[in-house]
Amino acid sequence: MTLLKEPDFGTPARPGDATVELTVDGIAVTVPPGTSVMRAAKQAGVDIPKLCATDNLEAFGSCRLCVVEIDGARGTPASCTTPVAPGMVVRTQNEKLGKLRRGVMELYISDHPLDCLTCSANGDCELQDMAGVTGLREVRYGSGVGAGANHLELPTDTSNPYFDFEACKCISCSRCVRACDEVQGTLALTIEGRGFDSKVAAGAGVSFMESDCVSCGACVQACPTATLQEKSVIELGIPTRSVITTCAYCGVGCSFKAELRGDELVRMVPYKNGGANEGHSCVKGRFAFGYADHPDRVLAPMVRDSIEDEWRTVSWDEAIGFTARRLREIQAQHGPGSIGGITSSRTTNEEVYVVQKMVRAVFGNNNVDTCARVCHSPTGYGLKQTFGESAGTQDFKSVDDADVILVIGANPTDAHPVFGSRMKKRIRQGAQLIVIDPRRTDLVRSPHIEAAHHLALAPGTNVAVVNAIGHVVVTEGLVDRAFVESRCEGFDEWETFIAQPEHSPEAVEQITGVPASEIRAAARLYATGGNGAIYYGLGVTEHSQGSTTVMAMANLAMATGNIGRPGVGVNPLRGQNNVQGSCDMGSFPHELPGYRHVSDDGAREVYEQLWGTPLLNEPGLRIPNMFDAAIDGSFRALFVQGEDIAQSDPNTAHVFAALGALELLVVQDLFVNETAKFAHVLLPGTSFLEKDGTFTNAERRINRVRPVMAPRTGKQEWEIICELSQAMGYPMHYASSSQIMDEIALTTPTFMGVSFARLDEAGSIQWPCNLDKPDGTPIMHAAEFTRGKGRFMETVYVPTTERSTRKYPLILTTGRILSQYNVGAQTRRTANVAWHPEDVLELHPHDAEVRGIVDGSVVALASRVGRTTLRAKLSDRMPVGVCYTTFHHPVTGANVITTDNSDWATNCPEYKVTAVQVDLIVEPSGAAPATVAVGRR
Amino acid sequence: MSATTLPPHVRLANEIARQFAHQPADVAALAIVNHIRAVWDPRMKAALVAHVEAGAEDLDPVAALAAERLKAPGA
Repeated sequence: MTLLKEPDFGTPARPGDATVELTVDGIAVTVPPGTSVMRAAKQAGVDIPKLCATDNLEAFGSCRLCVVEIDGARGTPASCTTPVAPGMVVRTQNEKLGKLRRGVMELYISDHPLDCLTCSANGDCELQDMAGVTGLREVRYGSGVGAGANHLELPTDTSNPYFDFEACKCISCSRCVRACDEVQGTLALTIEGRGFDSKVAAGAGVSFMESDCVSCGACVQACPTATLQEKSVIELGIPTRSVITTCAYCGVGCSFKAELRGDELVRMVPYKNGGANEGHSCVKGRFAFGYADHPDRVLAPMVRDSIEDEWRTVSWDEAIGFTARRLREIQAQHGPGSIGGITSSRTTNEEVYVVQKMVRAVFGNNNVDTCARVCHSPTGYGLKQTFGESAGTQDFKSVDDADVILVIGANPTDAHPVFGSRMKKRIRQGAQLIVIDPRRTDLVRSPHIEAAHHLALAPGTNVAVVNAIGHVVVTEGLVDRAFVESRCEGFDEWETFIAQPEHSPEAVEQITGVPASEIRAAARLYATGGNGAIYYGLGVTEHSQGSTTVMAMANLAMATGNIGRPGVGVNPLRGQNNVQGSCDMGSFPHELPGYRHVSDDGAREVYEQLWGTPLLNEPGLRIPNMFDAAIDGSFRALFVQGEDIAQSDPNTAHVFAALGALELLVVQDLFVNETAKFAHVLLPGTSFLEKDGTFTNAERRINRVRPVMAPRTGKQEWEIICELSQAMGYPMHYASSSQIMDEIALTTPTFMGVSFARLDEAGSIQWPCNLDKPDGTPIMHAAEFTRGKGRFMETVYVPTTERSTRKYPLILTTGRILSQYNVGAQTRRTANVAWHPEDVLELHPHDAEVRGIVDGSVVALASRVGRTTLRAKLSDRMPVGVCYTTFHHPVTGANVITTDNSDWATNCPEYKVTAVQVDLIVEPSGAAPATVAVGRR
Repeated sequence: MSATTLPPHVRLANEIARQFAHQPADVAALAIVNHIRAVWDPRMKAALVAHVEAGAEDLDPVAALAAERLKAPGA
């Protein structure tokens, strides 16, 4: 494949039917109203020279290179800022226009270094291209140093670890500034100075690294010269070929062009035709891919008899033989149910599918679970109970039609940054925003963004707040009766329940800490403000009532008729890239692929016939149950695919005890992670750059993951599972991952129409994809709910048992930040550590002051299950009484603190509520924190 | 504070029972047993039943009622 360059139409597409006819250089073209002359010309096959225009930014009209002549119009208007009109006759080339353009180019080049042959953008520079296109042959004003006033001595800013800002090459086209404003929404860049002194600046007199820049890469992508350039391109040269693939980080699932020279990856460029991201990216997907060839990668299998022994590097045959023998020995001694497996949301659908198949068909039990257990399992439960499908209702694009956006327990600008940017764009266009979160997240107030209501509730009171909103909807007559009567069931009972006085905003004010008037105002806005869309994250699910909150939100959406069309819905923002897919693939111990219960005889029979073996009709162990069973001795061996449960799961002491009790722990991963320290077998995994398969993102979009390079381990991960299954006596053969998807499609109704060929043709498909919906389903429950009628559920608020006390007076919540991802296994092995070299504890200045803590103090953080030390960061975005940390660094071990409280329905851990005490250890100049003490249960 | 010293099957059954405490005991017990049947591994169900037979110490009474129903066919 050659280097893929998407066509640039110069200005954005306009919605609507193509009704405006015009001619460009004699060629007839018809476009929607509002389209620019530049874009219409491109659609007619006519390229108009341009520098400041690009089609993901609104027209700016600064470079004057795109001038045209229009019959009946005076002068030479810029084609980028001139909208089409019926019957318009446009000429893009004549002697006069050519002279004007050469004049513009002359001025640009007179203040530009003429080092094209040695420039890092040589061959990939629009300025260079335009000099050629306009026929520039001389620069009458001279050029280079000494030819007059210029900017050629401006210094280069190399502060960012991923790109340089070579100011002397800047043509002040403002594309970078506008990309930061319009696409990313951070507004970190500006043009400072006037006239000749105008220049791009990141903030006021600071470097890029010191500025508000979030390193999304939009400015680098927008730059038409070498001014903003990836360091990797400067070092390695311009790429020569592209492979379209999918990001390995969050649940947005951005499409990227992996651009290579030979087999060397040079850069990741967001793909314009990517359904999830439409050409945008964040610092992780765009730049943080260096972990894939980090020296820490394990590339050959390793085994050991005891975790006290040193690892022995062995052949694949020996590793697989050892693992198969030990698994069968353990089953022979302790029973078929004594072993199990955990699938990963960082692996492909195909890799997950074969692991759950191995557990069910080869291990002969249902002891398979997935890391979604600790994040979005309540989503699966809650949405299935109410809507009938364990998935979000909308596509990301739907937010463009939202009038009121309700964000609960999510921080999309950090955790789902590309969707966060899209959401902010809609808010800047006028959508109203309600944020329900204990913390004042960036969405609450940031440049050009301000929430209409921020309900800063006490941690653990989500259900009380959402019920109170429902109470207002019902008691103030805001119910969409027509929707409820035609589409739902159980409404009358729910109406009676939710109208009870104990659910009123006034009644719950004391519990939630949210003024009743704010809840009432937010409820009225959501119910009456037009299209109301709910977006939520782990701040909803990781609670003792995570599933209940999901159902309460579904109640709200149904009561107000906010389901089944663009701009509305209930939308989980999934944490990892393939959380949705790993759940879809039958990773839960009670569900086969497609969320069919193991007791469903018909569903089980499909697999029993295909796989040639009987399957159990009772659920298996969930991850927390596996830990408990390991400690009680009934569970002896565990296969862990691509997850670091020793770092990510709560109550580290309990997890360590469980892992230490296993007779056999098999870890399939890129690195010797924290879990692998308890392992007997390490099967090296493949990075996303080596995988061949599919990921399914938070909007149910199935995207291809294409191999950018051959597996560095010599095997795809699904091949290892097949070989292990065969070594255990079960024939599992696939010629390719495409065949695995064919089996998924054959056996899973929601995937019926999916194949690699179909995905390659369509780009991506959102399930359900079947005979009724051969092109997929961007928006679900349009005519009816998956379960027929949407079901209202009574959602009683039950306070968590985890409460602050005199000994542990503060409440800790945990989460993530922009630059790091999950347990940090990937991002800690990239230059992203420049932004977050350690986990810190954010707390309110008042809570700090009474403890003698100042910014940077090293503090002890203790809960009833454990204790750790870390540095304090004072922040008034935290409410008094609540503190916050991340879990990206194992040295901090944030989960030493968290307890084994969990969601009542799914056992999803209650990461968001832990009673803690914080004590000062040393002042800021003290030694770096690095100790973790694990308490006993 | 949650009582983390309880056996897991007791702690989890109690957590489920708390969600249905607002309902009449027989309705709550049915909801609890249906949930446990749908998502619990057989060894956990057996442990809960055994705990009830051993006196149901620290187990929510309605959860105990649900556990009794686990003995019925389909459990």
